[in-house]
Amino acid sequence: MSAESAAAPAAAKTDGWEPKIVAFCCNWCSYGGADSAGMGRFQQPASTRIIRVMCSGRIDPLHVFNAFLEGADAVLVTGCHIGDCHYVNGNDKTKIKYKYLENVVHELGIEKERLQLNWISASEGEKFANFIRDVTAQIKKLGPSPLKPEGVA
Amino acid sequence: MFKEVSEMSDNKSTENKGTVVKDNEEKRVGVFVCECGVNIGGVVNTRAVADYIGTLPGVKVTSVNKFTCSDSGQADIQAKIKEHNLNRVVVAACSPKTHEPTFRACIEQMGLNQYFLEFVNIRDHCSWIHMWEKEKATEKAKDLIRMGVERSKLLEPLQASEVPVTDKALVIGAGVAGMQSALDLADMGFQVYLVEKEPSIGGRMARFDKVFPTNDCSICILGPKMVEVARNKNIKIMSYSEVKAVEGYVGNFNVKVEHKPRYLDVAKCTGCAKCSEVCPVEVPYDFNEGLGTRKAIFVPFPQAVPLRALIDKENCINCKACAKACASGAINYDMQTSYTDLNVGVIIGAVGFKTYDPEPRHDYGYGLYDNIITAMEFERLLNAAGPTGGHVVRPSDCKEPIRVGFVNCVGSRDKNTNIYCSGVCCMVTIKNAQLLKEKRPETDQTIMYIDIRTPFRAYEESYNRSRNLGVKFLRGRPVEVKEDPVTKNIKVRVEDTLAGEIRNLEFDLLVLATGIVPNEGIGKIQQLLKLSKAADGMLMEAHPKLKPVDTTIDGVFLAGCASGPKDIPYAVSQGSACAGRATILLKNKKAITEGITAVVNPDVCVGCEVCIPMCPFQAIKFDEKENKANVVKALCKGCGTCVAACPTGALEQSHFKNNQLLAQIKNVFRFQEVAA
Repeated sequence: MSAESAAAPAAAKTDGWEPKIVAFCCNWCSYGGADSAGMGRFQQPASTRIIRVMCSGRIDPLHVFNAFLEGADAVLVTGCHIGDCHYVNGNDKTKIKYKYLENVVHELGIEKERLQLNWISASEGEKFANFIRDVTAQIKKLGPSPLKPEGVA
Repeated sequence: MFKEVSEMSDNKSTENKGTVVKDNEEKRVGVFVCECGVNIGGVVNTRAVADYIGTLPGVKVTSVNKFTCSDSGQADIQAKIKEHNLNRVVVAACSPKTHEPTFRACIEQMGLNQYFLEFVNIRDHCSWIHMWEKEKATEKAKDLIRMGVERSKLLEPLQASEVPVTDKALVIGAGVAGMQSALDLADMGFQVYLVEKEPSIGGRMARFDKVFPTNDCSICILGPKMVEVARNKNIKIMSYSEVKAVEGYVGNFNVKVEHKPRYLDVAKCTGCAKCSEVCPVEVPYDFNEGLGTRKAIFVPFPQAVPLRALIDKENCINCKACAKACASGAINYDMQTSYTDLNVGVIIGAVGFKTYDPEPRHDYGYGLYDNIITAMEFERLLNAAGPTGGHVVRPSDCKEPIRVGFVNCVGSRDKNTNIYCSGVCCMVTIKNAQLLKEKRPETDQTIMYIDIRTPFRAYEESYNRSRNLGVKFLRGRPVEVKEDPVTKNIKVRVEDTLAGEIRNLEFDLLVLATGIVPNEGIGKIQQLLKLSKAADGMLMEAHPKLKPVDTTIDGVFLAGCASGPKDIPYAVSQGSACAGRATILLKNKKAITEGITAVVNPDVCVGCEVCIPMCPFQAIKFDEKENKANVVKALCKGCGTCVAACPTGALEQSHFKNNQLLAQIKNVFRFQEVAA
């Protein structure tokens, strides 16, 4: 394991390595934000795979841990801006849950860049694209996740 | 299989439409990859994607279409369902937010439950954002579709439920758009509550002097409409009132309306304004943009509907002179705020706009120098019922100006304020310059602009007319505006970008064409109705092209400037459009709601009640006897927050079940072929 993790960052420096990022998006805001990014043709690295949920409140720590265990280099939790939740306050609950989640993930030794929370409205296409660009750049520097199973891309 | 369904749907009409519950049957997936013309096909190698997807277990057929949403594309889906006896359909195309209903209906026609559709977004989330990385986009599309295929195999049939629709409507905002909505709905026989926060209906249009391009008197065309609204038996006007709370869902909104106290009995007041004559308090008159004064007790404006006075308690000195002057004894100083609870089926938000305020930033010296005013102020000066009786004078010395400059795009098309074009200001300036020229031909007008935008019927003609009248157009934004301390004239330094030279101009009066910005309280309305805001700060429609007056909330519609800058005909059309869209629900008396809800597995629930405070809709009830949580489906909105909170996994969100989401997560990744 130790030999692998030492080898992994080296591999990351080779050009063309694209991290795999799992982004959970809520149906009403951030998923719409991703759509708006498309409509505005805001180019992004092809690193992210979006999973749609109705509300960010639906995102279970189980989903986040599973994503890491399956091989995610980063996981993004996104939703509506606070106060704009389609379901009154689902994102408030996400925010509280996220604090605990963040602690656990850090205790597992995963760098803080690999789990990020962001509020993106349906009209903020450019913000969505910038977020993906920034996270991808950060993860490219870090290299593959230490939890990534062997042979998985 | 199809026969079975058609029999069922005959028996129980919509309730069981398209239900075939056979969970352990073999999953037969059909995958339809759309090229969307060149939108997807130009970037993603759709053929390679389809070939790869075809190798996945359970995928019985793949198909590539130029336009899957077209008639032939949908026919292809239906033919393949029949031919391959498919029970799951994956469409890889654009956004489910726009096209999911289309394909759900398409597969439902073939007897499949509509929730057996999985929609994968390979346009907005792939081809459009990786335009220069064709290979990576193709690989990503493969991943996204593989995720969809694996999820689709786990999808379960659901029922969309029907809810009754109360055949009453609420219109928020009684400007010209809201009034049009109210009138149209009322004329179709529906009861309408028209809530307006100002003491009179009419909105912004009531303040304009003339309207472009015809130069009609604004209040002369609006006034009769206001009276028509008041006379209509199906419309209940709630002026000087605000919506305070909205609960419920399409067909069944419970709304709390607050009525601010006017401090006089509306039933007794005749609007004679005798009270205003005796009132000793004078304050700036907001209806005239703060020009001139009004009393602390006042009738909003001469054509107000309802034509009733009100007391501005903030400025009232309690001298009680008005009570003595009022012949009908209408004054009541102890009036309290009151509330009305309404139950309506649909809500139309026509919350309007305000004009950009250049005061805080002192744009072009506004607020620093006396002789710089906004277009709205100019409008009130032009108006015969305005503070000067229709004489355009300059504030510093009340003299009639000869040289008048107009600056366009103030608070619009400016990175420092608002980047969008307000669309109407060019025409407002052109109209104002024309009106002044007609009134006083000796005046000399110069319009300083970036571009002149005159896109609709007779607008360009109006622009030409101004030129023919002698109005000068100068392409350029002022770079420096100063006041002459002695004459109080305004000195403007501006680059004439067409002539390529710097010009130093002197004006007696400078008028700023301020743009349209979101109305006050738009944030509150947004939260009450649970809508989204666009980048310009105004409310967002369901689709910019195809659903311009719908919102993402069923039963809520938007008209007029609530959803971005508009001129009067556009706002009126949207008012009518909202009425038309709302009538579909009001007339059918029923609406279809999503079948996605939370579901409790009573065998696993331990009755810990963690889920109950998670629900903002009070949809989870606790069954004391059984010691189990219970989801009331009619109240559940299907957000799934309770599901994520459940410590035992007893709660599941249908269509977003854990196994369905985990299948997606797992299939983000694949084992890489190790190079030898």
